[in-house]
Amino acid sequence: MSRRIVIEPVTRLEGHAKITVQLDDAGQVRSARFHVTEFRGFEKICEGRPFHEMPGLMSRICGICPVSHVLASSKAGDMLLGVEIPPAATKQRRLVNYAQVLQSHALSFFHLSSPDLLLGMDSPPEKRNIFGLMEQDREFLRSGIRLRQFGQQIIELVGGKRIHPGWSGPGGVHERFTTRQRDEIVKWIPESIESIGIALDRLKSVLDSFREEVAHMGNFPSLFLATVNEEGGLEYYDGVIRITDGSGNTIAEALDPHRFYTYLGEASESYSFMKFPFYQPFGYPQGHYRVGPLARLNVAKFAGTYHADREMREFKQRGEGAVCQSFHFHLARLIEMLHCTERIEELMEDPELFEEAIQAKASLNRREGVGSCEAPRGTLFHRYWVDKDGLMTKADLLIATAQNNQAMNLSVEQTARRFLDAEPDQGMLNRLEAAIRCYDPCLSCSTHALGRMPLVVDVTGPAGEPVRQIRRET
Amino acid sequence: MSVRTLEVDGRTITAMADQTIFSAAWDNGIRIPRLCHLGGLPDAAACRLCLVEIEGQKRLQSACTTKVAEDMVVRTDTPALQAHRKLIIELLFAERNHVCSVCVVNGACELQTLAAELGVDHIRMKPQYPKLPVDVSHHRFGIDHNRCILCTRCVRVCDSVEGAHTWDVAGRGRNSLIISDLGEPWGESASCTSCGKCVQVCPTGALFSKGKTVAEMRKDRSFLQYIVTAREKRLWIAERKPR
Ligand code: SF4
Ligand code: SF4
Ligand code: FES
Repeated sequence: MSRRIVIEPVTRLEGHAKITVQLDDAGQVRSARFHVTEFRGFEKICEGRPFHEMPGLMSRICGICPVSHVLASSKAGDMLLGVEIPPAATKQRRLVNYAQVLQSHALSFFHLSSPDLLLGMDSPPEKRNIFGLMEQDREFLRSGIRLRQFGQQIIELVGGKRIHPGWSGPGGVHERFTTRQRDEIVKWIPESIESIGIALDRLKSVLDSFREEVAHMGNFPSLFLATVNEEGGLEYYDGVIRITDGSGNTIAEALDPHRFYTYLGEASESYSFMKFPFYQPFGYPQGHYRVGPLARLNVAKFAGTYHADREMREFKQRGEGAVCQSFHFHLARLIEMLHCTERIEELMEDPELFEEAIQAKASLNRREGVGSCEAPRGTLFHRYWVDKDGLMTKADLLIATAQNNQAMNLSVEQTARRFLDAEPDQGMLNRLEAAIRCYDPCLSCSTHALGRMPLVVDVTGPAGEPVRQIRRET
Repeated sequence: MSVRTLEVDGRTITAMADQTIFSAAWDNGIRIPRLCHLGGLPDAAACRLCLVEIEGQKRLQSACTTKVAEDMVVRTDTPALQAHRKLIIELLFAERNHVCSVCVVNGACELQTLAAELGVDHIRMKPQYPKLPVDVSHHRFGIDHNRCILCTRCVRVCDSVEGAHTWDVAGRGRNSLIISDLGEPWGESASCTSCGKCVQVCPTGALFSKGKTVAEMRKDRSFLQYIVTAREKRLWIAERKPR
């Protein structure tokens, strides 16, 4: 008998999604899919608005990584003006981007994923959450909460408001960075580096107990895409695009992020509102690629900061040429947090950050602009078209989670194959969720969808008739 | 000039005979809600938010245009007036497209502030969602009709202070629209001197400086007080003292 199992939604994700598992007559997994069912259509809302408003508008796409959208949008605006912005503005944007990666990763690792990782995938669901972890390991969780706070504090100090900062716009940023702000920030650094180090040790120490998950929850070769600097090191704000494959071979080097649409394409599938981006020369679906922490560590040759480089060398040992297990997104995230903290520390000593000039003044000089940066979840592209007065005629966003779409589907399928026994048990459901959670998909931003419901598992027979339903209230 | 004594909200106050209820109340620390009135500009009584009750009169009167009178008894804040004002604000929101979270004056908007003060937390009527233009043809400024409340402050400041009369109102009722010159794009207006006074007096995010993103536009009206005081005191007329 063929059954379909539907899990909806994946809890502890920002957004609304569901999973279906299609079984064949033998009860084996035929296919598994990750559906994104809502659509918010942000691109449409932008039309007719002045391009200067875009950073503020775009920051509303997502409450989790507003900064990344502000940055990509500001950069697209810089290009519309046709200017190079003053160094102090660049550095301030870099600073806030590092802070954003830090706080977002802290949320993903400590708040969302560590219950699975530290309490075990099969621990009872009522305990397998942040509160259960709180009971068991208060100090550890507290350090995570503080790491997130650190990131948010920087964003708030510079951007004024914790979420949805409108501090940056076309041409630069709007306020100077002060030594008072620096003094607030430096206080946090030693503690942060220490906490991340402890978390890294903790994660590495439990990895052995997840050997099965590491091997079967999204372990496949794929292309990896990320921004790197001119030397090929980790880069989050301004650089070139590099693509490598599952064995670490360079597929493309020094691609211009402003021309991303010439080498990246988007396919659609009927079962998902989310697009399926791919590397054009390889076609769809062969050209699918992963972005985000795992991709960045695979693509970059080095980190460029002391602690992160040590960890990165060790990290690269986990694969042959490339680390292909999506489970290691978690590890990559922690290493990135380390790197970001180190970069923040460097910036605090950079005199250019404090300079007076923060805005390049210009009026509209181009009709099309592209901005890109590395968001916590991966490479983000904004492409805008404006009329002669600067009113938006069209916006095109290529968002990190969408670029991981195909990989998430593959992960779900692989996980289902491995962990679906004759009967679906909670452990399997948890692993399906966890497979997706590796990517930390922010679904509200990748499909611009919002919403949350209790978890529902629908099992349907060959003709679509419901066999049974398993509910898990959130 | 002669002085009048009147009662406002139970308080006895005095005012000059040519003062309006609004300004007499203001001088005595009684703040009547308003959107179209702005000190230094001639009044138009366009928004009706300053309506007050005057004893012995059936109809409500706009405080910004009604002169004080001897022994007048005025109430500015009765439950009925509060309800009227709330309704007006709701109608203003329903009439056009106000998405504060992405507006250039978010946090410093007179309409928004007043709505909060009056406790408007939702609108009871169906929003009209009109499709209105945004004109950013001017090299320094823009006008977003979606946020215009037709208070005509811009029209009045341009006419009576700057002396250009670039702005006026076209159409009637809900089709009313602020236009520059005879409806040309602002950037092509022959009369506009690009002084920016209209931008500064506009109570909402309808008129804005280009280059401003969400919640960044702050209005500076110090010029108005300066000009009006200078005019009253005839400061710009250089005194020629015999040497
Ligand atoms: S003009 Fe005022 S009320 Fe209208 S959207 Fe802007 S902030 Fe809100
Ligand atoms: S543009 Fe501003 S000042 Fe002019 S009428 Fe509209 S709201 Fe009033
Ligand atoms: S302030 Fe009196 S009618 Fe607007």
